[in-house]
Amino acid sequence: MAGLELLSDQGYRVDGRRAGELRKIQARMGVFSQADGSAYIEQGNTKALAVVYGPHEIRGSRARALPDRALVNCQYSSATFSTGERKRRPHGDRKSCEMGLQLRQTFEAAILTQLHPRSQIDIYVQVLQADGGTYAACVNAATLAVLDAGIPMRDFVCACSAGFVDGTALADLSHVEEAAGGPQLALALLPASGQIALLEMDARLHEDHLERVLEAAAQAARDVHTLLDRVVRQHVREASILLGD
Amino acid sequence: MASWNEAPRLSGLGQTPGGAQEKPIELPAVAAAAAAGAAAAQVDDALTRMASVALSEAEKVYIVHGVQEDLRVDGRGCEDYRCVEVETDVVSNTSGSARVKLGHTDILVGVKAEMGTPKLEKPNEGYLEFFVDCSANATPEFEGRGGDDLGTEIANTLYRIFNNKSSVDLKTLCISPREHCWVLYVDVLLLECGGNLFDAISIAVKAALFNTSIPRVRVLEDEEGSKDIELSDDPYDCIRLSVENVPCIVTLCKIGYRHVVDATLQEEACSLASLLVSVTSKGVVTCMRKVGKGSLDPESIFEMMETGKRVGKVLHASLQSVLHKEESLGPKRQKVGFLG
Repeated sequence: MAGLELLSDQGYRVDGRRAGELRKIQARMGVFSQADGSAYIEQGNTKALAVVYGPHEIRGSRARALPDRALVNCQYSSATFSTGERKRRPHGDRKSCEMGLQLRQTFEAAILTQLHPRSQIDIYVQVLQADGGTYAACVNAATLAVLDAGIPMRDFVCACSAGFVDGTALADLSHVEEAAGGPQLALALLPASGQIALLEMDARLHEDHLERVLEAAAQAARDVHTLLDRVVRQHVREASILLGD
Repeated sequence: MASWNEAPRLSGLGQTPGGAQEKPIELPAVAAAAAAGAAAAQVDDALTRMASVALSEAEKVYIVHGVQEDLRVDGRGCEDYRCVEVETDVVSNTSGSARVKLGHTDILVGVKAEMGTPKLEKPNEGYLEFFVDCSANATPEFEGRGGDDLGTEIANTLYRIFNNKSSVDLKTLCISPREHCWVLYVDVLLLECGGNLFDAISIAVKAALFNTSIPRVRVLEDEEGSKDIELSDDPYDCIRLSVENVPCIVTLCKIGYRHVVDATLQEEACSLASLLVSVTSKGVVTCMRKVGKGSLDPESIFEMMETGKRVGKVLHASLQSVLHKEESLGPKRQKVGFLG
């Protein structure tokens, strides 16, 4: 869209947010009862579902079993109606495979895989509606799902995207901002220690600005952590009420 | 979220006094099931592979005996559905969407309307394209290409039940004959599998088509003869489809000597054969298909068809009333989706 101002003079973005403001996040754990763990998250208009099966025995060839830790297997799938233009294949294309590998890398850093040798943990993420920040939404949903499944993790994994427009770092990009073609950074953070599980950047960005964009993404991820923590505590509270504790 | 259910009928309980002294009923079907099980392993049926619940012989006998007495494991009668939850307009960037939760079965359908060229043999009509995605959420066996077989089977069934003149009025989808028409891409996403997939999917497709709103377009013709398509400015000016004659599938599973409607995964594992009947709200059957590795005798088929028509009419009536009630709540209704 020519002439679309991503950041106005007063500092407002296209959807009325400020530069460092996140979209509204709503999440729920335990959406499906047949899976070991499941969660649903809405970040603005981006909706993602994550389901975890495991730890269970390795499916397929036993040769893939690792003798000292668990195998983490991720699949990223986005529904054909999730994007503005209909997608032909929900998964199996290059982008979905790449996202699956990135998710796997992220969660191998966080899950305590040494506790479950020779087993497999499956994380399946489904994007129902994509409005920017799909990787971040998937990671956040998958964190909640892994927690719901009771698989021990080092820390929450919180992710957020960030961009850079007119000398200002923007946090949590929507689809319009992503499509505008500026630099985009995706960051997955373990909040307690501040360790970065995954960092990915597209397009050109001068290295002088990198620190600011990284700090904006890290701050946004820490804000996401506050929200996810609240969701988990609420879920545990509800579960303990049902158990009569 | 609108929900409806039929109260389970516990009719079998009061009728057999002194039940403890009765001898267990000898059902030849159970013995035949064990023998057929060995041969069935070679039969490649996507539906049976999906119903991957391991049941012991004792559990199977328990279910089969109960069904003969018109009493199922969760207390329903043979013709009762589980509690169904239907919600429309769940995904906002589609033309129409619906989510159906039938027991443990969870289906999400999104309809996208795109412009295309009409098919050669039907130049005055638009058309529907179905795509079913069995997501890995339902079971890890659907990872990668594992769910493709089942997805293709369900999509083919959907094509067949809509393959008649009366289900959807395709002429309303035509913009200009031989050149432009609306193509409705109906995408079904299977999120959780708890038995009775076809029924849930057909209910969701009907609800999503009810919710679909296609923008109104006008074709403007230039002096040179080149046509320009103009979209209406008003976002609420749209065509709604009439779903009066859209059929719903009723699956009847034969268990022992009786048949049940809306089988759970465990009941499907006990049944040898099922009949899929696609019924419209007036009781007209548009498609019928037998699935499963066992065989059915003709009298059973006619009985099951009659039951299917009866149950289908009630299902349609309830679904219509729920959809109209949800729509009457207007745009201010609180959307729950997966958060509720």
